[in-house]
Amino acid sequence: MDAKTGFFYLFSAVLLFAAFRVITARNPVHAVLNLILAFSQAAAIWLLLKAEFLGIALVLVYLGAVMVLFLFVVMMLDIRIDALRRGFWKHFPFAALIGALIAFEMGMVLMGGFGDVEESKAVAATAVNAAGQAVQYSNTQELGKLLYTKYLYPVEIAAVILLVAMIAAIALTLRKRKDSKAVNPAQQIRVRAQDRIKLVKQPVTQPPQQPAAEAVAPAVETKA
Amino acid sequence: MTLTLGHFLTLGAMLFALAVVGIFLNRKNLIVLLMAIELMLLAVNMNFVAFSSYLGDMNGQVFVFFILTVAAAESAIGLAILVLLFRNKSSIDAEDLNALKG
Repeated sequence: MDAKTGFFYLFSAVLLFAAFRVITARNPVHAVLNLILAFSQAAAIWLLLKAEFLGIALVLVYLGAVMVLFLFVVMMLDIRIDALRRGFWKHFPFAALIGALIAFEMGMVLMGGFGDVEESKAVAATAVNAAGQAVQYSNTQELGKLLYTKYLYPVEIAAVILLVAMIAAIALTLRKRKDSKAVNPAQQIRVRAQDRIKLVKQPVTQPPQQPAAEAVAPAVETKA
Repeated sequence: MTLTLGHFLTLGAMLFALAVVGIFLNRKNLIVLLMAIELMLLAVNMNFVAFSSYLGDMNGQVFVFFILTVAAAESAIGLAILVLLFRNKSSIDAEDLNALKG
């Protein structure tokens, strides 16, 4: 058992434990923190698989941006967790059985089918550059070559998807405050004097007739 | 015992099974549902990277790149909807979302 195998088992054990804690954690903040741990272990396993660019991208982009977004949202919401976890432990044995069955069957099939596939020697440790010199094989360089030649249009579409997601997220959560007293400068400048004040010609009203007032007063007295 | 492709694929399968169990157990808690979906995508990505590495084909890693993009977009919009839902209903219980019940 070499060092790589040992590291694989270490990272796998931590990854599976963190994933288990994600789905069983009582506090959603703990769940997100365990998810961060799980993703960092997955990045380490990708490094073992010589996918350096994706491993680092997972840490930088996923842990740095997406998981922190998760953390912000979870901390922003005031969640009453007890109502959400009703029936959790009642269903747990059955769910664990189903999960163990799925994992066991898939493990049997995959170890049977791919258990003898050794690491390919197709990827050379060194490559020859244009000048004929031997250079170190670079995962990032190979990925970049593919991304910007063969997959150029898909990369553009992925960029558009991210733009759409950004606009959609902002449009969904944007809200106008109803109690805001902020002024609108454009409206202020455009206002004219005749909009603000209106002169009305009103004829002077006559005071009411004296006899009418006297006629009301005795009526009140008689009622009292 | 050296590492084979089967080891990495089995790890992906176990991770996927855990995510399925998580979705089953946390049917009410929308935020844990989103996290379980992230775990599922991670399991799928693990398979892609393993195949790509063992078969010496870089196209698999390009595909992981796109899956990561879509997963980031999905979680951004999902969390935005979650915030909106919490603002309107003060709850993230999936069973409260019965306004469309016929």
